[in-house]
Amino acid sequence: MSASPTYSPPKAVAAEKSGAVVCAVCSSSQSAGEAAANLYVCLACGAHARISAHERIRQLADPGTFKVWDVGLEGSDRLGFFDTRAYVDRLDEARIRQHLPDAILSGAAQIGAIPVGLAAFDFGFLGGSLSTAVGERLARAIEASAEARMPFVCVTSSGGARMQEGVFSLMQMAKTVAALHGLAERHLPFISVLADPTMGGSIASFAALGDVILAEPKAMIGFTGARVITQATYEQLPAGFQTSEFHHARGLIDQVVDRRELRPVLTQLLRVLSAPAGDIEQSAA
Amino acid sequence: MTGVEGDGSATAQEMASAWAQVEGARHPDRPYSLDLIARCLDDFIELHGDRQGGDDAAVVIGLAKLEGRRLAVVANQKGRTLEERGRRNFGMAHPEGYRKAQRLFALAGRLQLPVISFIDTPGAYPGVAAEERGQAWAIAQTLEAQLALPTPYLAVVIGEGGSGGALATLLADSVLVLEHAFLSVASPEAAAAILFRDAGRKQSAAAALHLEVSNLLKWGIADEIVPEPPGGAHTDWDGTAALLRPRLVAKLEQLVAEGVGPVRRRERYRRLDGLFQA
Repeated sequence: MSASPTYSPPKAVAAEKSGAVVCAVCSSSQSAGEAAANLYVCLACGAHARISAHERIRQLADPGTFKVWDVGLEGSDRLGFFDTRAYVDRLDEARIRQHLPDAILSGAAQIGAIPVGLAAFDFGFLGGSLSTAVGERLARAIEASAEARMPFVCVTSSGGARMQEGVFSLMQMAKTVAALHGLAERHLPFISVLADPTMGGSIASFAALGDVILAEPKAMIGFTGARVITQATYEQLPAGFQTSEFHHARGLIDQVVDRRELRPVLTQLLRVLSAPAGDIEQSAA
Repeated sequence: MTGVEGDGSATAQEMASAWAQVEGARHPDRPYSLDLIARCLDDFIELHGDRQGGDDAAVVIGLAKLEGRRLAVVANQKGRTLEERGRRNFGMAHPEGYRKAQRLFALAGRLQLPVISFIDTPGAYPGVAAEERGQAWAIAQTLEAQLALPTPYLAVVIGEGGSGGALATLLADSVLVLEHAFLSVASPEAAAAILFRDAGRKQSAAAALHLEVSNLLKWGIADEIVPEPPGGAHTDWDGTAALLRPRLVAKLEQLVAEGVGPVRRRERYRRLDGLFQA
């Protein structure tokens, strides 16, 4: 793990604050300042817009506490992959556009003055897909948190395994689950926050294994996407299929939390889970 | 589809080679798990149910012996007849199938039985009921159960190794792959739908994903390619089993001798892609 002593969000995050923001659900328009102040939750309909990893960190970490991990760690094009475009070109473009080396940003932070490992997926970076570099950065973040005896919080927004890295992407499911054991053996909590969308290989590995699982309202969550299910089975999809609320009603998610309540809820959870010195969990570790 | 498609993605030869791998693995006369279990293992006794209310026939679990050694067995099972295909759901498990596998891993740990898994699935079942009952959660928990297994664990990909559904019984100490089997992040059809927005371009997707079995060895995901009889496994089930059985015996002996367990297994899958070793 290499920690950068200072983290300043790229100008791209500032750019999210200029110009009007139009809700993708109800099309109502908000000023940039209003939208940012309301954490990109639509003031008219409550829809939670997808936000960048940098914006997510800004919303959750105590100001000035985020220290980014593994700044230079990038993946590569193992398969020489070409679909309709070269994968290397897609990667380069995403890196510049999203100001990230790959689809996840991780680091040490404080939430409500409690030190945590914090990771956020970036859906704008190739659909937040799980690549070798994303898997590695996530595994290292988990390990760094365990090493520092900190709880780990991950906000996932990911379409699943990245096709362009083939079977290497598939194996990241195993890698991240293997890394999570480091937290478990030190009796440290993993809080998994599911944002829109959390699908495929991401929810079928680390994201489903949170000691506590929270989800933002109306996030799409599931193994197979609705369109593929319909094409494969011709089944009628029930109302609200694969939303956070759907899974919460079936006992798969602990709480559906409005983004504006996410920081207070995380703070409370972390406070309740913080072990005092000499506590049984710490002496057992 | 003939010739290259003009996008530089793959030559006709690359597509033909990758697609042959897929067609071989999917051949309707190919031996399925129970066919190979009957020919490779002794005294197989099937067990049923996940002990939580379901018994998914797409996953078979049981006990057996191999050269006198006690074993626990978990396998994906496809159907041969129309009726059996429906009952086995074409080898695509629901959450109950993955929970059945978890039960098997727990049982193996308790009774100190090594595990052999046989992988042959297009993937986890993409259906409404599967999602309602927590398909993703069931797979994730099965990944964790495999990594926690205290006993030696050997996996054999005998046909299709599709996606997360295959991974649920793949995370072994040693992975064998039959010559005409494959392992993929998604079915070529699904990958084509995602990459080209056209499931029909499955041959291009197969080529782009480099599904040739030799790559799995090169990349360290598989430990050994097990040859099939001339003409392929579908021409000679007994011959296939005769080639596979000694490899199962040898690999299992090796794993038992090495005393493998969760520490080494987690390390294998943590470091698998061989990147970032700086």
